[in-house]
Parts: sequence; C-alpha cells; structure tokens
Amino acid sequence: MVGMERAGQNSDIKSARSLGMVTCRRCSRVWAADTPVCGRCGHHIRSRDDTSLQRVWALWFVGLMCYVPANLYPMLRTQTLVNKDESTIIGGAVDLAHHGSWGIAAIILFASVLIPVTKFLAVAFLAISVARPSRVSPHHRQVLFEIVEYIGRWSMIDIFVVAIMASLVQLNTLATISPGLASLFFALSVIFTMLSAQAFDSRLIWDAQARASATRNVTSNTGTDPIKATHTP
Amino acid sequence: MTANSPPTTQDTSALIGCPQCDAVYTLNEPKFGETANCVRCGTRLISPRRKAGLQIIALSLSIAILIIAATVFPFLTISAAGRTNSVSILQAALVFTDGILVFLSLATAALIIFIPLLRVLLSLYVLIPLVTDRPPAQGATRAFRLSEALRPWSMAEIFAIGCAVALVKITDLADVQFGPAFWMFTALVLLIVLQDRLLCRWSVWNALDKTQI
Ligand SMILES: [Zn+2]
Ligand SMILES: [Zn+2]
Repeated sequence: MVGMERAGQNSDIKSARSLGMVTCRRCSRVWAADTPVCGRCGHHIRSRDDTSLQRVWALWFVGLMCYVPANLYPMLRTQTLVNKDESTIIGGAVDLAHHGSWGIAAIILFASVLIPVTKFLAVAFLAISVARPSRVSPHHRQVLFEIVEYIGRWSMIDIFVVAIMASLVQLNTLATISPGLASLFFALSVIFTMLSAQAFDSRLIWDAQARASATRNVTSNTGTDPIKATHTP
Repeated sequence: MTANSPPTTQDTSALIGCPQCDAVYTLNEPKFGETANCVRCGTRLISPRRKAGLQIIALSLSIAILIIAATVFPFLTISAAGRTNSVSILQAALVFTDGILVFLSLATAALIIFIPLLRVLLSLYVLIPLVTDRPPAQGATRAFRLSEALRPWSMAEIFAIGCAVALVKITDLADVQFGPAFWMFTALVLLIVLQDRLLCRWSVWNALDKTQI
C-alpha cells in the first residue's frame, strides 16, 4: 500500500515553517504562523517545540535512573515447597540458562535488557543528531523514531507478565509467586522513556536537512508551489 | 502561491501538513480505499475507507464487551497437585499490594482496563452522530482529542500477549489450560489492531470541522 514517489522531489518540498505557516500535529490542519490554538481540533500549536530537547533529555535521564534499580531489586519472589527464591531480571535469566532453558533465557535478556538499553541509546542518538550535523539520512532517523515509539509501549509486557504470574500462581503452600520492587522501577522506566520519546519533535530531524539543502541551492529558485501528496491504492 | 507571499488564513484550508516532518501539500482528497502518504517521510496522512465508521463502531462495541467480560469473570485457570486457581483481569492488575507497589496496581488497572474502555466510549461518542448524519455530539472535538492523546497509553492488546507469555512461563510449574480465554485474547488483539487500521483520523477531523460551521 505504500510505494511512495520520492525520487528527486525532496528538494521541492516546503515545510510549513518556511512558508510562514504552522501545522497542527493532532489534525494536520495548516494555519498562519502566529496561530496559537488549532481552530479545528483545539490543540495547542507551535511551529517548533523549543523545549523539546530539554524535556527529552530530562525524561530520558529519569527513565535511565529508574532502570538501574529495576535491575538491582528482585522482579519476582518465588516460593515453592522446597525453596524460596528472589530473582532479578538478569539473575532469573541466568538461572534459566543454568537449568538448560537457553531459549527462554535469551528471550528474557532480549526483551528486558537489550530492548530497553537500545531504546535509551536510540533516543539519545536522535536528540544528539538534531542538535549537530548528522550523516544518517533524515528518512532513516524518522524510521528509527517510529520504531522507538512503537516498541516503547510493548516493554510494559514484562510488568503484565509479572502481574499475571503473581495473581495466577497462588497455590498456597505448593507454590506462590509475588512481585518484587523491581517491577515498580521497571514500569516507571518504561513510562518515562515513552514520555521522553513523545517529547521529541520529529520535525527537527527534517529541519536540519532543509537547512543543508538551502545552503546548497542558494541560487536555484525552484518549487514554489507545494506539491500534491501521492495517491497509492 | 509562492514562498514569498505567505497565504492568508482562508488559503490554508486547502492545505494539509505532515505532523511528523512539517511538509505542506495542497489538499487532494483520496478516493475510498486509496491512501495519501507524505512524500518526504512516508507518514500516512489520509486513508478513507467506505463504511469505516460503521465498522469501527461495531469493533468498538466488541472490544468493550471483551474487556468488560475479561475484567469481571475469572477465565485464566491453572492447576497443580489437585489445587486450582482462577483469576480475572482485575485481579491480575491489582496484584501489586506490597507497600509502594500499590501505585503499580493503579497504573496497571488504568493501562489495561480503564483507558482502553474510555477510548472505546469516546470514539463511540464521536462517531455515532457522524455515521448517522447528525450534528456532532457536544464537545466531540475535545472527546476525540482526548481519545487520540490516550492512544499510546491504551495497552489492552499488550496485556493480551502478556497472558500468552505468562502461561508459557508457568507451564513447568503447573497445568495451564489454554481455554476460551486464550482465543478471547487473540480476538481482542486482532480487533484492536483492525480498529486502529480502519480509523482515518483526518477524515474524522474533517467531518467534525464541516458539521460545526
Ligand atoms: Zn488541529
Ligand atoms: Zn512527512
């Protein structure tokens, strides 16, 4: 369904900002530059969010701070007839690997360690890349941003799994599972990382490109009309 | 229109901007079944579907029924050495009871029950008048804006997948029955994904805009 026509047209595309206009990020309506509130949906509109990067970094940092105790405290307390066990995220995966469950151990490490760490790195990279020249194309960075926004919510699945296991495995003396303190910090870490990604103004990615091509094409004066969106069935 | 003469407010109604990259296009509404994507960043801008309104209303009602049913009735069951235990979604959400973890119970209940239900109700409130060709309900724009703002925080489908993961993890500890609950969750995930795909946000805003003047 996608199949966009992008070849050779990038330089013709004008941003609302360069045309003295502003786009509502909620409903896509375009207004004159000084419009404070969208007349169609009531959303507050700003041509560029000046405080975007500050908020991204602040929330990113809080998220990272929460991720540390999330790994130090126990995530699950398991009590069976024979033993009592408190395991952290990584400790639990290591135990599973010792018992030969390499597959599940790998999945846990991937979902609860690799993905959160990659998310922190990706948001940091995006925030740095709009503050100084970047060699990574805006299109790739836009895709990276969309992946981060999409994956961010799914990290909450760890908390839900803990909730289901702890509520389900209440078999009196036979076996009980209860959630540990790490679950709270892990949830906070996910929430703050989501807020951090939401605070990122993705239009900044494309402004840098516009600036670069503007300095390249000082003399050429093409593309004064906005072009039409491509239609693909 | 040229870059040197910024258009007046009236002109801008014939334009559409990309919310992700700020590219501006002259509005050229696609036909039913077609999609208008941003040429620069690929974001889907408009994707009208014939009868989408009615289908979304039907999907919303089904989602609401599934969530309410799973919230109230215990449907996940495990058994080990003659003992069995069944829980509902609400019981699972409220499992964090240890001191400060109570906040996590509240957050979980909001993310998997209350926010998804609220979003369903808001979209019904907005869409039913539009689909039946009546003037929009009072505060419809505000309702739809809230519904859109809550979109990332509605996690019923993530919880549904979480159930499958948890059941797999428990299998060596106790007997798990992949009963009707499992299929109910699969249906819930599919319905939520489908509803999200069908809804063309621009079309809703446009319809609300037209009927309010
Ligand atoms: Zn708007
Ligand atoms: Zn775009």
